[in-house]
Amino acid sequence: MTYASIDAAWWPYLFILLAGWLPTEMWRWAGVWFSGSIDEESEILVFIRALATALVAAVIARLILFPTGNLADLPVWLRAGSAAIGFFVFLSAGRRPIYGIVTAEILLLSGGAMI
Amino acid sequence: MGIFSLPALVLLAAFVGFAGFAREVGLSLAETAFMVPLIWALPSHVLLVDGMVSGASILVVAAAVALASVRMMPMVMALMPEMRAEKTPRTVLFLVSHFVAVTAWVVAMARLRDIPRDMRVAWFAGLGLALSGGCTLVAVTVYLLAATMPPLISGALFFLTPIYFLTSLWASARVRAEHYAMVMGLVLGPLFHLIWPEADVLIAGVLGGALAYGLHRFLQRRGDAG
Repeated sequence: MTYASIDAAWWPYLFILLAGWLPTEMWRWAGVWFSGSIDEESEILVFIRALATALVAAVIARLILFPTGNLADLPVWLRAGSAAIGFFVFLSAGRRPIYGIVTAEILLLSGGAMI
Repeated sequence: MGIFSLPALVLLAAFVGFAGFAREVGLSLAETAFMVPLIWALPSHVLLVDGMVSGASILVVAAAVALASVRMMPMVMALMPEMRAEKTPRTVLFLVSHFVAVTAWVVAMARLRDIPRDMRVAWFAGLGLALSGGCTLVAVTVYLLAATMPPLISGALFFLTPIYFLTSLWASARVRAEHYAMVMGLVLGPLFHLIWPEADVLIAGVLGGALAYGLHRFLQRRGDAG
């Protein structure tokens, strides 16, 4: 069953509830439930954080390399290059995200305007 | 208040990006406005929307969202002892835990100690409502304005989402394993996209996360030995 497989007005909202809200909210409830009984520094939680990070990183790379819409009209070297230089500036500027974000956006916009 | 701090402004910028992204891939305004405060976790939003429009099965999408949200559990666990007063009912804690997401959590961990204990739950609920309400308003506004924007600007809005995560995820990592995991995910994500686009994110996340954890343990052990 996919987002497109049921053509009813309520289906997108049910899809959002089941595939988005429930799998996110249940961990918050679990956190309240287990607070005080699991060590936050335990190995299992390090493993879980590694999984979660890799998952989001996979999406990041995909959005940069295989985007949809207007971003896809810009060449891949411009998208990847802006992100890479933005990331480098972020690292050099004491790991403050705002510097990396602003740099990458300026590069993308000026590159896009020149093409 | 926390809402005008730098993390809050970066978060608002991220939702500017998310609204641009959601509109660009064809989500409706109502769906976008519905999911922002309801889910209230940007990685979940992005994974969900990505899964919806790429035609992935609801189970695959839910599994990816669940794996990406596990980090909520230790975050809530760390926050609860700071937040609850002696007589706070558990039901109230279950309800306010909804507002736990990276930004609100970072702000709360820094400021809660300055708030009198019996007012902390109320303070955190106020912070959560202000942040999620503000971000929903921003998302709706940007969604509506995006139709009139030049293509380059709407492309740049879409680009905000990955670049926001690229930097903030790296900055919020607490252990080395998370940095390895990020590199693995960045490499394996596009690779599996070419091999198996229906479940690329899930596979790249599980495999990349496991490899990163293995590498972390291996290097740790070698470090202990040396």
